Amino acid sequence: MKRRNLLASAAMGLMLASGAFAQGMDKVKACFVYVGPIGDGGWTFQHHQGAMAVQEEFGDKVEIQYQESVPEGADAERVLTQMALGGCNIIFTTSFGYMDATNAVAAKFPDVKFEHATGFKRDSANVSTYNARFYEGRAVEGVIAGRMTKSNKIGYIGSFPIPEVVMGINSYYLAAKKVNPDVQLSVVWAFTWFDPAKEADAAKALIDQGVDVIASHTDSTAVLAEAAKTDGKVIGFGQASDMAEYKDGPRVTSIIDNWGPYYVKRVGALLDGSYAQQDAWEGIAGGEVLIGEITDKVPAEVKAEAEKLRDDIAAGTVHPFTGPIKKQDGSDWLAEGATAPDGDLLGMNFYVEGITGDIPQ
Amino acid sequence: MDFGGINPVILIATLMASAVPILLAALGETVVERSGVLNLGVEGMMIIGALGGFVVAVQTGSPVLGFIGGAAAGAALSLIFALLTQVFLANQVATGLALTLFGLGVSSLGGQGYNGIKPPRTGQLLPDALADLPVIGPILFGHDWVVYFSILMTAVLWWVLKATRIGLIIRAVGESHEAAHALGYKVNRIRLMCIAFGGAMAGMGGAYVSLARVPQWVDGITAGAGWIALAIVVFASWKPWRVLIGAYLFGGITVLQLNLQVAGSGIPVEYLSMAPYLITILVLVIMSAGRKGKANGAPASLGQNFHASR
Repeated sequence: MKRRNLLASAAMGLMLASGAFAQGMDKVKACFVYVGPIGDGGWTFQHHQGAMAVQEEFGDKVEIQYQESVPEGADAERVLTQMALGGCNIIFTTSFGYMDATNAVAAKFPDVKFEHATGFKRDSANVSTYNARFYEGRAVEGVIAGRMTKSNKIGYIGSFPIPEVVMGINSYYLAAKKVNPDVQLSVVWAFTWFDPAKEADAAKALIDQGVDVIASHTDSTAVLAEAAKTDGKVIGFGQASDMAEYKDGPRVTSIIDNWGPYYVKRVGALLDGSYAQQDAWEGIAGGEVLIGEITDKVPAEVKAEAEKLRDDIAAGTVHPFTGPIKKQDGSDWLAEGATAPDGDLLGMNFYVEGITGDIPQ
Repeated sequence: MDFGGINPVILIATLMASAVPILLAALGETVVERSGVLNLGVEGMMIIGALGGFVVAVQTGSPVLGFIGGAAAGAALSLIFALLTQVFLANQVATGLALTLFGLGVSSLGGQGYNGIKPPRTGQLLPDALADLPVIGPILFGHDWVVYFSILMTAVLWWVLKATRIGLIIRAVGESHEAAHALGYKVNRIRLMCIAFGGAMAGMGGAYVSLARVPQWVDGITAGAGWIALAIVVFASWKPWRVLIGAYLFGGITVLQLNLQVAGSGIPVEYLSMAPYLITILVLVIMSAGRKGKANGAPASLGQNFHASR
């Protein structure tokens, strides 16, 4: 009985999906898979804001479904299969670790559209990828870090050693180094996206060793909470979300992931029939990466410098990775004046010259 | 005084604070298991305690009341477990796992609207003059009161379990509930009180995460600490002082590996991350190899329900 129900609903889901794509759809069920809880105040929170924007834009024509705290791995595949069987027309998988699960499930459900965030695999025609050029925001943070540090030690809390994170570290360091040649960067790998206690411990380890500007690539606000304990000696940045509640404390600016416009565009395309597979990678210019308000803790001239860099990147006149840049081992990467090709960035597995330590393999 | 860029004094001081949540929870669970009950819901009770403590502290402005609130919340949740296993005789393993899932869900629901609020600060207990003494200052005098409380509780529980009548009764119930019943002890009532105590300790441990260690509320804030607490109880073979060692070992290695990374040491992160678990396995093997049959000193009635009619 159970199996028959399952098959029946699968067949129905397929029929619903296959009948509709050629000429757009009357109603779309958009589903979201989140890696953490919506209440993380960062990464997942912002994706959920994007989902809410879709609901607001299309109202009755869209049904939103989401699942929180889905582990990366076999569980993700089960959740995705469930969603595909449950009649989802488009499924957004919002973490790098869902890459293989997304492609595996997508191959079984050719009529359901899959959108994978921050990945690079598009094995079947119904898989699109989307990402934001967070490294552009990292460069802006780097300028502030280089100018604001008194100990010349700046820190970066990495989650996992994947290109996305390595790219952020390099961009942050290059920008800081440019304005302050004495700057030293310490990187700590937390090996988690979300574990507030561990994130706080990582921040404390950096602070204990004299670091006074901390950027983080994990999802919660714990790093800022830890920095707040130092009574203003240490500053940090909002990550993924504005984290405005720390404005009167350590947060001097933030990188805000703004997924709403992209989600609205893609669901809209599905509704009007113009949907096509793509690989989207927008940055400050496209509005997917926003720089949060720079607080008064930052001196006016530094603020102006950071804002100018932001505007130059948006205008396309400055690229955070502009040569000459050497790799950590001293070999050449970018020649004088050359900018990094996207392919190099998406597969980045090396530090640039000047960063100490190794990337865990 | 630096070894490879790491200051051992700061390291020890940090690990003492970071081990408090798992230490408190593991101490509570030790008592529960010594009375013969296996409560796998530690994670659930911790996170309810984290939320309960946070809410009370924010509403009243007093961190001390917050910790009491966290303990009360943890104890309240554990009473659900006690009702199901001691009155309705439900399976302890399944009920404990369900308690964790329930706790995570309820805390996520109840925590709506508490994101991004800063709780009142739990400050250092002793005056700066003491805390600023070289070497012993940061290690002995630079902590908040909960750190001292956790060490005090270790000593108290050790004494109670070893040397008092109450401890003897708890152990009797845990080793042979039939015999304890025959002597006239109310097995289920004693276990119920132990469960509530375990819940209160776990709740307080959780409150330490949300009030002192991270200070804020986010969903899923305990992130698996309850499971580590459970492992430590086995690691410690149900003895309070060994629980303290286990908690400091686990807490210490986490802090150490982060510090080693900052200091730019060449030891790969992965080895350090798995070290506590390897040591747990090693300790278990060594302990069970020593005495034939008796395994590792687990209470004989652990995990078995009791009903007077049997």
